[in-house]
Amino acid sequence: MLFRLSMIPAALLMALAGCGNQSPGIPVTLKDHRFAPAEIHVPANQPVLITLSNQDGSAEEFDSTSLKVEKVVPGHETGNVRIRPLAPGRYPFMGEYHAETAQGVVVAE
Amino acid sequence: MLAALVIVFREVIEAGLIVGIVLAATKGVRWRGRWVGLGVGGGVTGACLVAAFAGEIANLFAGSGQELFNASTLALAVLMLTWHNVWMAGHGREMAKHMQSVGSAVSAGDRPLAALAVVVGVAVLREGSEVVLFLYGIGQSTSPLAMLTGGMLGLAAGVAMSALMYFGLLAIPPGKLFRTTAWLITLLAAGMAAQAVLFLQNAGYLNVLTRSLWDTSWLLPDGGEGWRGIAGKMLHTLVGYTAAPDGAQLVAYLLTIAAIFGLMRWERSRHPRGEAVPTPA
Repeated sequence: MLFRLSMIPAALLMALAGCGNQSPGIPVTLKDHRFAPAEIHVPANQPVLITLSNQDGSAEEFDSTSLKVEKVVPGHETGNVRIRPLAPGRYPFMGEYHAETAQGVVVAE
Repeated sequence: MLAALVIVFREVIEAGLIVGIVLAATKGVRWRGRWVGLGVGGGVTGACLVAAFAGEIANLFAGSGQELFNASTLALAVLMLTWHNVWMAGHGREMAKHMQSVGSAVSAGDRPLAALAVVVGVAVLREGSEVVLFLYGIGQSTSPLAMLTGGMLGLAAGVAMSALMYFGLLAIPPGKLFRTTAWLITLLAAGMAAQAVLFLQNAGYLNVLTRSLWDTSWLLPDGGEGWRGIAGKMLHTLVGYTAAPDGAQLVAYLLTIAAIFGLMRWERSRHPRGEAVPTPA
């Protein structure tokens, strides 16, 4: 019941946004608090989806002020990180909870 | 240990500043301690639940559950802050007079305290769930004790900073306090609305006006590492400072301010007018 109810706003929002125009997503994994690949190349000027698979046991927050993203991905889960259309350039990101090792950069070109 | 301290401090300060403003705005109001306490308690409980079900929440709405959840809690807080300010626009004058005549010890207890308790609750919920997830991860780290110590110190530092903010606000004379807190609450709400827009965009919805209008991160970043990052983040929490806002965020920010001021003006006009009304604009 709850599931069915929750579908209504979801369907509405999808209709509003005209979803379904997104590519399948660029897989990135996090293991031992390191991103692989740590340098992610994306096409400039179009939205991109990164599917972040957290293979560590603890949660991580994908954090980037330049990408305007803060996304928590619990341990052993996969999270969608949506990247807005970017001007060509380098956009650093980090795993906030393990910033010593969890560093990466999105390169839009 | 230092890393843990900084992370927890950053999250605590975000909720703590909001609690500080709410406490200052309700200075001298009966039962406000209970309501704010209820908000904090409910928020902490909620934070643990949200952290426990983080995976389930994230998987809702095609993987955008977390963003939509955050956007919803922010929108709820914006509504409650608006309600508070509009209510105050109607009743504030009598209260300010009352406070000046009998001192700040006692004043009318009849306030939308429940609204502010909700604001406190969702702020603690949002930031607290990140603290809980982080602390939970500490158990698996190589030096859990040092990390936990850092986390606790971060919590203490965040609370101390929020207390400083609260007592700073209390230094404002009673007659001007409501005017100041009304302004702060308006900007707080506007910043939250802009933040909600960002979460909607990150959820894949509302993909309009996504270009950054300007970028002042060279001057002050609105987050990230270092003390400048923390200062920017605090300003972000307080007045919605965003180094590189996009069009939709700016529209949400300005529309919220306009809506709150418009509703306050409308509410004032419905009440018998008198001298100085302690509200902004």
